[in-house]
Amino acid sequence: MDWTLIISRAAEAGIGTETVIYALAAIGLNVHFGYTGLLNFGQAAFLAVGAYAIAVTVSTFGLPFFLGVAIGLALAIVLALLLGIPTLRLRADYLAIVTIAAAEIVRLVVRAVALRDTFGGTDGLQGFSDSFYSLNPYPAGQYELGSIIGFDHRTMWVLTVGWVLVAISCFLIYLLMKSPWGRVLKAIREDEDAVRSLGKNVFSYKMQSLMIGGVIGSLAGFIFALSRAAVQPDLFSTELTFYAYTVLILGGAARILGPVVGAAIFWALLVLITTGLEEAVRAGVITFITTNQVGAIRFMLVGLGLMLLLIFRPQGIFGDKREIALDAR
Amino acid sequence: MRRAVIAFTAFLGGLFFLLTSSTAAAWAEGEGLKGTLKHQSQPVNGVKISVVDEGGDAVGDDTTDAKGEWAIPVPKAGTYKVTLDQKTLPQGVALKFKDRATLTVQVYEGNQRTVLFAIAAGGGGGPGDAETATPPSESAQYWTRVAQLGFEGLSLGLIIALGAVGLSLIFGTTGLTNFAHGELLTLGAFTAFVFNTAMGLHLLIAAPLAVAVAAVFGYAQDRWFWGVLRRRKTGIISMMIVSIGLAMFLRYTLLFFFGGQGRSYEQYVAQQGIQLGPISATPKSLVAMAIEIAVLILIGLGLLYTRIGKATRAVADNPALAASSGINVDRVVRIVWAAGTATAALAGILLGTTQNLGYQMGLQVLLLMFAGVTLGGLGTAFGALVGSLIVGVFIQVSTLWIPPEMKTVGALVVLIIVLLIRPQGILGRRERIG
Repeated sequence: MDWTLIISRAAEAGIGTETVIYALAAIGLNVHFGYTGLLNFGQAAFLAVGAYAIAVTVSTFGLPFFLGVAIGLALAIVLALLLGIPTLRLRADYLAIVTIAAAEIVRLVVRAVALRDTFGGTDGLQGFSDSFYSLNPYPAGQYELGSIIGFDHRTMWVLTVGWVLVAISCFLIYLLMKSPWGRVLKAIREDEDAVRSLGKNVFSYKMQSLMIGGVIGSLAGFIFALSRAAVQPDLFSTELTFYAYTVLILGGAARILGPVVGAAIFWALLVLITTGLEEAVRAGVITFITTNQVGAIRFMLVGLGLMLLLIFRPQGIFGDKREIALDAR
Repeated sequence: MRRAVIAFTAFLGGLFFLLTSSTAAAWAEGEGLKGTLKHQSQPVNGVKISVVDEGGDAVGDDTTDAKGEWAIPVPKAGTYKVTLDQKTLPQGVALKFKDRATLTVQVYEGNQRTVLFAIAAGGGGGPGDAETATPPSESAQYWTRVAQLGFEGLSLGLIIALGAVGLSLIFGTTGLTNFAHGELLTLGAFTAFVFNTAMGLHLLIAAPLAVAVAAVFGYAQDRWFWGVLRRRKTGIISMMIVSIGLAMFLRYTLLFFFGGQGRSYEQYVAQQGIQLGPISATPKSLVAMAIEIAVLILIGLGLLYTRIGKATRAVADNPALAASSGINVDRVVRIVWAAGTATAALAGILLGTTQNLGYQMGLQVLLLMFAGVTLGGLGTAFGALVGSLIVGVFIQVSTLWIPPEMKTVGALVVLIIVLLIRPQGILGRRERIG
């Protein structure tokens, strides 16, 4: 077994593109779930909107890249409005069902054969990331960070932009949650009726929270699309949302850095285990499973992890148990 | 050829269909694949059928003779792909399911495996077929399609209803929105699959066994999992997210053991359709619908007239009040879990007779169940029933206007619109749920 490979893969995953994408997705969810207590099960839809906005603007319509970014941000706000209007006045489980349904609607629409000319069907779209990579300041080559981690120049550029976005988002959330506005959100999470009786427009606050979290989710979508230089509809399945939930709860909901730390630990652990298993199978140490089955084991572990976390440590690593909206109805 | 179907079904109005068709078994030496192509009991000849093995290497091909029969010997037991060349089908005849031109079948030691392809009049039948040879008249044909789609929608709606009743009752009695309910369908279908293929039991025996196993599993699930969480005072939203983790775990455990390819039961894989007025249906789907209706009526009567049913409704209404009037709430909840899991398993098995078994089959139905339950009113058993039927019929009939692949989108959009206009659902009581 190649231990160096396993360790370096895990370390790369801990700061790699997956971590950036899921950290951003989870920061958005943190605004929804951690701070406002909104049970958004459709974060994948916001990522899909961001990713497809760039892809469709550039490769289908041949318009500039930054227009695609602007459209993506605008569409994330529109999606938040569309989701919020029917459900934010209703109980938490309605929002959960509607958001998960909306995520599936988005996925099914972009993979439809009838709209193949616009969205590319199940194959998705490519060839939209050239103007992003043309801004790349890193000369071509392999970059070694420390002795075990290495990225090529394209990944380095994606990671730089990605981590800057993560930092900006975290700082923004920090400022927002320190402000009176943020305190109203937390109050809504604790007791909606009390806030309403103080004369606050709860619906409007919830809607703003949904929009901000959704826009941060669409940033994750941008990075997702650019890091792969391609988009496919089935990347945005409901599993993505629940990975992001696992990341959020692992790190600790309602904490500024919870999602970031959660994402790093989640991906480092997950890659450590799956690469370890794959290597073990390849080296003949484990003989009763095949490398194909390792993919399934990965999802089983995430499911199991999510269950165990919620049951035994709902506050995650950094969270505070009193601060998590788990009993609301 | 094998002894084929005995279908026995009691339909809503009391219609009885008894269909028997049996043919003498003709055993030959060694393993092989064979079948007969017929359309409305007329043989279809001159159709090319080819077989490749698991590695994709050609094994042989054959052309159906004057009796519509074909036979291709295979070298050994194993998995084979049988492909019907659709271009060689005669004018006016087409495959009923265009995407099932290639079937994957298992051939056992010394087995002459029969492979059936469902043939329909060119263009008629399933959704998505546009071209038809010399239609009788535009509007008559349109209404035939409406009737056919309505029938298929009813059949889908009944399966959704069977799953949704359990989902709704569990929600009503415990407050848990169980995102793992779809996996209970899948689990039931695969349990029956194991009994059916690995243990060689006929599906008619394997299915009730699987339902019984599911009931025990449901009971155990509440006894040692959900019940424990309730006693720990785990919040309702925590439990919802736990159920998502459980769903993921169960789904990928099934992927781990059974792989990603579609599976099918040994019996009732493909059947000749029969014509009932404007509707063409396979006997198995009629039997499935009869079973679904019978079970749903039983559940309804049970809820209305038995002690445990009344207790269930009382707990759903107000658990604290029910407990104080002497109802053992935990016992009621456990029975609801057992019954809900059992009906979900039954729904999964019946779904498995009309489509391939896959680890995601339950997930695909889950959102439709949610749509049905929400449409009817969360927590009401009869609302779930009505809502599911509407969702099923709507999904199929909507393919008249929108592409078939988008039909689920239509149903989910309707779900959102209903929440805007009448959030308590069709049968839900008007009360503040915000």
